[in-house]
Amino acid sequence: MSALAVRGLEKRFGGLRVTAAVDLAVEAGERRLIIGPNGAGKTTLFNLITGELRPDHGVITLFGADITRVPARRRAHLGIGRTYQIITLFPRDTLSRNVMLSLLALMPLRWSPFVRLDRQTALVDAARAVLTRVGLDHLAERPLAQTSYGERRRVEIAMALAQNPRVLLLDEPFAGLSIEERRDVLALVTGIPRDVTIVMIEHDMDVALDFAERISVLHFGEVVMEGTRTEVVAHPRTREIYLGE
Amino acid sequence: MKRLAIVAALAVLATLPLWVRGTFYVNIASQILLYAIFALGVNVLAGYAGLVSLGHAGLFGVAAYTGAKILTSGYGHAVVDMAALAATVAAAAVFAMLALRGTGLGFVMITVALGQIVWGVAYRWISLTNGDNGISITGRPRPFGLSLASPHSFYWATFVVFLTAILSMAVFVASPFGASVRGTRDQPRRMTALGYHVWMIRFVAFLFSGWWSGVAGLLYLYYNEFVSPQAVALTASAEALLMVIAGGTGTLLGPIVGAALVVVIKNVASAYIERWNFVLGAVFVIIVVFMPDGLVPGVARLARRVSVVLRSGPRMATTATRDETGR
Repeated sequence: MSALAVRGLEKRFGGLRVTAAVDLAVEAGERRLIIGPNGAGKTTLFNLITGELRPDHGVITLFGADITRVPARRRAHLGIGRTYQIITLFPRDTLSRNVMLSLLALMPLRWSPFVRLDRQTALVDAARAVLTRVGLDHLAERPLAQTSYGERRRVEIAMALAQNPRVLLLDEPFAGLSIEERRDVLALVTGIPRDVTIVMIEHDMDVALDFAERISVLHFGEVVMEGTRTEVVAHPRTREIYLGE
Repeated sequence: MKRLAIVAALAVLATLPLWVRGTFYVNIASQILLYAIFALGVNVLAGYAGLVSLGHAGLFGVAAYTGAKILTSGYGHAVVDMAALAATVAAAAVFAMLALRGTGLGFVMITVALGQIVWGVAYRWISLTNGDNGISITGRPRPFGLSLASPHSFYWATFVVFLTAILSMAVFVASPFGASVRGTRDQPRRMTALGYHVWMIRFVAFLFSGWWSGVAGLLYLYYNEFVSPQAVALTASAEALLMVIAGGTGTLLGPIVGAALVVVIKNVASAYIERWNFVLGAVFVIIVVFMPDGLVPGVARLARRVSVVLRSGPRMATTATRDETGR
């Protein structure tokens, strides 16, 4: 049984077909890379998987369960975590509070109007542990607005990891990072245990090809090629549509 | 220091009728407190949830009119209060279900329309609301046998309700649910992806906001012993919103300061200046230009700068200001 599978997934924005009958099956524990030129439909595919967009046709399954019509908010509870290409965090809050919001999302406590959030020591400690995992515990009480871009990237990943997702979707986690920051984030992503299935969109081939076990090439909303790194890189179709040769 | 200031402020408010001469200013203080409760309610949406409502006078009016109608039908104050607040929460639920179909400008426009519907009913459904003449009630409630007939006793009763309101706001703001509400203001898309039910969070926040608007509406009814369409007009909603914006959205103290400012200008300045609306408008323009976050955050920032200047000299103050603004 695949951890994540999509079959015949199609999405149109008016006359523009953004994904066209996408088929994808990612096995449990796999590291899958999705590449393709700009406008290929990669982020739209993530938005369909997380439920931010509703597909016109097709089926999405998570460990065999059909989640196509499950609301986006429920998918996080079912084990789908994601990061965004454009950093989407809470700039007025501290790093610790950002991660606490992520942890809180899956707890009934989130509805409580009667207790003080900062006195929930188990939650505060859990947030600190997640920040330690991504190497940011020393900045836990710093407002997000006062951190660097690379640190915010790591907070994005920390928030996703905080929810112990079964399937983690990383949307260009290395975008805009310096060489050192890329190395740090790669080490962080590589260190994620195998019980988390990872699907990553990335343009930085040097980093991403080393990370991925299988690669899917998306072009004009279709998966045109799928295979190992060697197979995909050597395939003339990939070179034609992605590398421009 | 902060706690000391809070205790001192509460002591001043609690003893106000004892050292303020004449009933005029005690009544002004009662008005400030009841409008502060209203502004605190509006602030739940405008400040913490990022949803600007221009229809909350409708909810304020639902409580006042329901209370007036039931009271004039001969029921006791306990029944009146419960029924009026229940009606307000029910109206808030209807408002929320309709208004939350939109965000931003869409939300504003729907709340304007809903507020205007309530105003239309108050103004035109004469058999129900007595139209422009409004509804008068006779007598204020007597909680635990204590008469609220005098300005002093009414002030203290309003002060107790005000304390309850601000305490409930403080608990709400610091709670996990309060954090969720602020999260939906800052990043609704991310909140959904994290697993939060953004619509439901906003809906519950709307009910909470409506509840306190209703409480303020009831206090308004008891204070004036009268309610008319003027209380539910669009200008009343705009005034409440201006209280929040002038004082500082998303702060506990801001709506209280904003309410004090508006009530004082309306009641005191109007005694000396015929065109007091001009004064009110000019004050808002000055606040928006010099303290765009509102009076409370603006004064706090100014105090920090002054403190830095006193300790380290003007150069450090400039640096501190740059750090605060992130430039």
